[in-house]
Amino acid sequence: MRYIPNSQADRKQMLAEIGAESIEQLFLGIPEKLRLRRLLNIPRALTEPELLEYFRERSSKNEVGGTSFVGAGIYRHYIPIIIDALISRSEFYTAYTPYQAEIAQGTLQAIFEFQTYIAQLTGTEVANASLYDGSTGLAEAVLMAHRITKKNRFLVAKTVHPEYRAVLDTYARNLGIAVELIDYQADGRIDMSNLESRMTSDFGAVVVQSPNFFGTIENTHDISELAHSHGTLSIVNICEAMALGILKPPGEDVSEQRTADIVVGEAQALGVPMSFGGPHLGFIGTRERYVRQTPGRLVGMGTDHAGRRGFVLTLSTREQHIRREKATSNICTNQSLCALMTTVYLATVGPHGLREIAEQNILKTHYAVTEIKKRTEHTVLFSAPRFNEFVLQLDKGSPRIGLSLSRFYPELGNSVLLCVTETARRGEIDAMVQGLVS
Amino acid sequence: MSNNERAWTHISINERLLFEEGSAGRRAFNVPALDVPAKDVTELIEPELLRSGVPAMPELSEVDVIRHFTRISTWNYHIDLGLYPLGSCTMKYNPKINERVARMDGFAHAHPYMPAESIQGALEIQKTLENCLAEISGMDAVTLQPAAGAHGELTGILMIRAYHESRGNPRKKILIPDSAHGTNPASAAISGYVVQSIPSNRRGTVDLEALRNIVNEDVAAVMITNPNTLGIFESEIAEITELLHSHGALVYMDGANLNAMMGITRPGDFGIDVLHINLHKTFTTPHGGGGPGAGPVAVKKILEPFLPIPVIRANTDGNFFFDYDRPKSIGKVKAYNGQFGMHVRALCYILANGPEGLKEVSEVAVLNANYIRAKLKDVFAVAFESPTLHEVVFSDRLQASKDVHVWDIGKRLMDYGFHPPTVSFPLIVNGAIMIEPTETESKLELDAFIDAMRSIANEAVEKPELVTSAPHKTRIGRIDEAAAARRPVLRWKPD
Repeated sequence: MRYIPNSQADRKQMLAEIGAESIEQLFLGIPEKLRLRRLLNIPRALTEPELLEYFRERSSKNEVGGTSFVGAGIYRHYIPIIIDALISRSEFYTAYTPYQAEIAQGTLQAIFEFQTYIAQLTGTEVANASLYDGSTGLAEAVLMAHRITKKNRFLVAKTVHPEYRAVLDTYARNLGIAVELIDYQADGRIDMSNLESRMTSDFGAVVVQSPNFFGTIENTHDISELAHSHGTLSIVNICEAMALGILKPPGEDVSEQRTADIVVGEAQALGVPMSFGGPHLGFIGTRERYVRQTPGRLVGMGTDHAGRRGFVLTLSTREQHIRREKATSNICTNQSLCALMTTVYLATVGPHGLREIAEQNILKTHYAVTEIKKRTEHTVLFSAPRFNEFVLQLDKGSPRIGLSLSRFYPELGNSVLLCVTETARRGEIDAMVQGLVS
Repeated sequence: MSNNERAWTHISINERLLFEEGSAGRRAFNVPALDVPAKDVTELIEPELLRSGVPAMPELSEVDVIRHFTRISTWNYHIDLGLYPLGSCTMKYNPKINERVARMDGFAHAHPYMPAESIQGALEIQKTLENCLAEISGMDAVTLQPAAGAHGELTGILMIRAYHESRGNPRKKILIPDSAHGTNPASAAISGYVVQSIPSNRRGTVDLEALRNIVNEDVAAVMITNPNTLGIFESEIAEITELLHSHGALVYMDGANLNAMMGITRPGDFGIDVLHINLHKTFTTPHGGGGPGAGPVAVKKILEPFLPIPVIRANTDGNFFFDYDRPKSIGKVKAYNGQFGMHVRALCYILANGPEGLKEVSEVAVLNANYIRAKLKDVFAVAFESPTLHEVVFSDRLQASKDVHVWDIGKRLMDYGFHPPTVSFPLIVNGAIMIEPTETESKLELDAFIDAMRSIANEAVEKPELVTSAPHKTRIGRIDEAAAARRPVLRWKPD
């Protein structure tokens, strides 16, 4: 096997040093009745050229043109070439978790930079080293609020990504945490009067998403203020992190009353390929006073005996390898390499580039909506401002674009969720609209 | 060059944080011109919902970005540089072709919400990987949804809970050996179970008699690692699974150590009901500096109805689709269907090996570990005398008398050009040094490591302060972790 260096001669010599006659002898600790005495029934070994052919054939069976206009939590944005060049360095992608700080400063400094970027973008005081993805991140955020407040009831907007809510249900079910939904109003935003009428101090947190699942931008600052006025925490979830380039950060305001306590989300939009759903990366930011309740890894700054600055995994007494069943979470890994992609992405596009790309998403989506209204009989639902997605209620038929909402929001009838990013050329948008006419 | 002259210092360039480096007006990326009518966004969105200005981020050129990350990358140890003897972590070579195929356009740019007919290639990859993992582990069905090993544990325990609930009683306890990974009790706890520890016997395996006294109808499952974290095969595993089953309880297996047994023995054949598999260990998907991993879960028929949704199925014409119509499912543990990019890499590795290759992988992994054991057992105390498979655990007992401890030995290894082994784990061994070389190391590399370890054992006697003050050749020394945790600085801030 080409990934095994030791020759038969090497193996023979090693067996002699061990004092064993054969490799078989090394397995005598396994009772004979449990041994597999046949070969595994899996495909035969392929050579490198055969492997390339095998995967090329399957890859070509997936349609990946940019004209499907599907978003819904995974976004097609342009990914600068240098990201792959840098993350393909063995020094980054073949390194282990940086427990040994002296020989892992590259990974540790990159994560510290990631934490800083996320804090800057979300307006929070601190952020962690990343989580598996946005959906598990949201569940972790709710568990964190549960630890802080010791309360079991949570108000969650119905416009939070339905699959995120499904994951939250899976996590919450056995811990006695109850999720109660808040409906949306006709303009696509959360129903504030309904929220206000239901608010009591019994709730651990109010959870909203912005831009929400319909692409509608929420006023997260008003929502945080309302939550705080009832002694409840505020959690803001963000699936489309590109929006942070232009929207007011949920964690930033002159008044602490108006900022979210936890900003959590998915950063795939910032430099990570869609890759059929993963790997992507979750992020979570919060106030300094809650940092010891944060799930997942944290990298901190420190110094060595000579006073040199260095970085190190810190506050690990929250984690499973120390606390076992009393840990803040069972999480062992973060998504380091994906966090590196996002860090390189943000370094590459810079503050002006990020804002410009975010702005193009808004303007191209606005153009698509305007053209659809002008040229087709279909109805664009929800009038509140949007980022790069919108819901189209179809007059008739079912076009092969967007995501049908029948599974998640049957009350919306024959509707699709469409997404237009900066990668959609005007001609492609026009063709999509034309397809809706006929 | 002797083995102990392996490590040499060379030019390593200091680099500030990105946030200390920017300079206004630099650009690394130009956004293509807007091709739809321009508009002031404040006409579309209430101004109070918009950012004032741009985010506080550095402005850099493309060269700045490349130099920054290239420089800091050289501060890392990594598997392409040399042996990574981390026990229980299975740090093996990550084949380059895995990276190439995962980046193919049809995989990198596929969206899981596209219609089934336009994602047949991706679904076939996932289904084929599921089938291979089921055969390798001897199980009946597999979900690829969990994002990592610990996430797989949670998924498995939730399925166990759903199984017991479907029979009228979720039960109360999960039993876990004292040698287990910390994720095991943490995963059981967030599934709403009480954790009870079970002791190891003098051979380093589960004490069957003690277990017999603990098991009753309150026990939902035992979570077992086999081979365990000492590298010892649980020779009474068949009796253990039988005992649990006779009380209506199930057996979960932590598959972290699957690298010891591919094609040799199968968890499904010794009574395991559910296990997770770490693709980033046994199946060579890269560790990436701490993720992404992937933690598929394999189950027996009795647990199949509870698998997370969706499940990939083929219809009568052979086309694959996501099946969401699964009333007994535990629901979703992650949006979409898992870390697909890792699934492509793992399948590529399995197909590169084939049945003979995977068996050879486990054979040589065990040979390499036993070679290290044989060559070091006279200078480091072996924790348990029982035969070991893919890893070996020593203790620092012989060195501790000179006040040289396991973490000192690990740090001193850096000066010899090696990553330290896993230290201070498993918890049942005082001063544990846990070594797993994997099959992708040559005898030459192993000999260099053995020489380094023997040299350090000697230093521990002759010049203990050289070891306790190590490392000496790294770009920074030991960081004061207590100080870093007391007043945590977790982000850069402008002065």
